[in-house]
Amino acid sequence: MNEPERGPAPKTGGLFHWFDQRTGIDEILRKSLDEPIPGGARFAYVFGSALLLVFISQVITGAFLALYYVPSADHAHTTVAYIMKQVSAGSFLRSIHAYGSSAMVILLLLHVTQTFLYGSYKGRRELLWLSGCVLFALALCMAFTGYLLPWDQKAYFATVVGTNIAGEIPFVGAWIKNAMRGGVDMGTLTLSRFFVAHVFLVPAAIFSFIALHVYMFRKAGAAGPIHEDPLTPKLPPETFYPRQVVIDALFALVIIAVLAVLSQFLPFDLGPKANPADTRYLPRPEWYYIPIFQYLRYWPSSLSFLGVVVIPGVVAFLFASLPFLDRRMERRPWKRPIAVGAYVFILLALFGLGAVSYRNDRLDPAFATQLLAQQKAAEEFSQQPFELEVSQTSLASSSAAPTDPLVVAGEKLYQAQSCGACHGDTGAGTAAAPKLAGIKTRFSAAALAALLRTPSAKMTAGGMTPVTLPDPDLAALIDYLNSLK
Amino acid sequence: MTPPITDATGAPTQHTRRSYLGWLLGLCSAGVSAILAVPLIRFALYPLTAKTTETKWSDIGPSADFQEITTPIQRLINVEQVDGWRKQISDKVVYVTKTTGGETCVLSSVCPHLGCSVQWAVAQHQFVCPCHGATFGIDGARLGGPAPRAMDRLDSKVEADRLIVRYRYFRQLVPGKEVIG
Ligand code: FES
Repeated sequence: MNEPERGPAPKTGGLFHWFDQRTGIDEILRKSLDEPIPGGARFAYVFGSALLLVFISQVITGAFLALYYVPSADHAHTTVAYIMKQVSAGSFLRSIHAYGSSAMVILLLLHVTQTFLYGSYKGRRELLWLSGCVLFALALCMAFTGYLLPWDQKAYFATVVGTNIAGEIPFVGAWIKNAMRGGVDMGTLTLSRFFVAHVFLVPAAIFSFIALHVYMFRKAGAAGPIHEDPLTPKLPPETFYPRQVVIDALFALVIIAVLAVLSQFLPFDLGPKANPADTRYLPRPEWYYIPIFQYLRYWPSSLSFLGVVVIPGVVAFLFASLPFLDRRMERRPWKRPIAVGAYVFILLALFGLGAVSYRNDRLDPAFATQLLAQQKAAEEFSQQPFELEVSQTSLASSSAAPTDPLVVAGEKLYQAQSCGACHGDTGAGTAAAPKLAGIKTRFSAAALAALLRTPSAKMTAGGMTPVTLPDPDLAALIDYLNSLK
Repeated sequence: MTPPITDATGAPTQHTRRSYLGWLLGLCSAGVSAILAVPLIRFALYPLTAKTTETKWSDIGPSADFQEITTPIQRLINVEQVDGWRKQISDKVVYVTKTTGGETCVLSSVCPHLGCSVQWAVAQHQFVCPCHGATFGIDGARLGGPAPRAMDRLDSKVEADRLIVRYRYFRQLVPGKEVIG
């Protein structure tokens, strides 16, 4: 009865026909575009597809950023600075990606709020709702893990605080914290872990749960407006295509435009490189974590079990089990005062906590000046031209310059005799000749001298020529060789 | 485009209206995607358009020092090689000497045979390679031994009264001079 009318099969070209016979694309397109929406297309339904759009944008920009990014404590910040300051469109793409996480959180809130107020989780939609809850948590994981990757001051200190919070959990907290950090302290292993989570593990989970979520959605069907029966829709349906598609597309354009304008004219900042020794730095998470951050401040460590585990756990559990608890088919929000009241209370509480946090930071003069200084430092760093990182190997060779005069003399001889041409600049060995570093452990000075004067047959065959230096010089050379590590 | 198919009443069928809209939507999204692809492509191809690997010019010393040279002067230079977001600094030995025409030139000390460091032998008044005995004249010209070509001359110039050089590596064992980095 409510099946929407389908037009006759279009006369399609030979190529489309060929392709369709092999893929069934026509059927797939029809199925997805002709999805019935009871009561017709509405702006209120755009947030799900908008989330998908932003997620795809995050995947694409993220993959491109990985062309230059290196996840290691000594290169991460340089490579992000390189992206921001050198690479064409780098500042733009990174800003799209960074602002994209905020867009994601905003759209998530809108999507959940719409679902909640419309009671769209009712009517055999428990698994649809649960898969959505998992996606919500995964998106927050993405925001948390991605935040550390630039390895600037705010990223570093926000993650110190974030992992410390996990450490507050009784009994297992310390273990969880160390597992997240890859050790007791934050360091390059933390960065690798966050990178792997951000780039491989969490996205893989998100892909699977999006597939599940969309499948469950199609299985249950669109729930329609608040006065619709969620199980057996009565309102005349309208197909997804064309009106809902057009509305979704227009909203997508708005999101793209907002992200693009923000990224172009207000690029996301990059502060100075993380300095763990900076004890004055005031950590502040990204805005969407500020309310939680403020909430956790109210709990003394004696009550942390209650504040960090029990209360958030109960709230999350109640939230996830909503479709199991609220089993009536009533969808109008004003007829569901408890559920809607609780939801509005939590939203208001989060807004309130956020506002208190910002107000405290503004009113405390010490905080205000320090936060301003941090902001200034980040802006200044963003203005400075990019500085190439000096490669570690050359740093090592210049800082590890030998000081023993005999060794210094030996090094000169090593260079003058071109030993390095085959054995490597610092005796590291090359394809042509073995390494000399650590030779001390294999030969005594006397044995080495004898070998240098009259190389073995094997050495000669490899291109080694006898050393014809006077004895004192040979001794210096051997001293130098023995100093190589 | 074909004229719209109409039904008995003369109104376009739903299918046709939807087809036109489909084309329009498809075109618009293709257009938007094309615009969005521009920054992505520029980003990915940045290393092709900008110099991401280069050897900077290294300072040798005041050009006045090399006006009146009779024998090659050995100098240690700091070579800075840019590689994407990093740079490597290494010390290299070069010789400042004179061509037969009397102009200052800078030679790499790397032997074109197998890469040993060529030395100036004062007594013989020629360059001698300690490894397999290749010999070269004061201007680096090949005199004898296993080297396949003359010593490699580096690009050099005088800027603000200082002699500067661009250090390069050349392929060994070949008669022609081929830059390898
Ligand atoms: S390396 Fe110089 S002669 Fe063989």
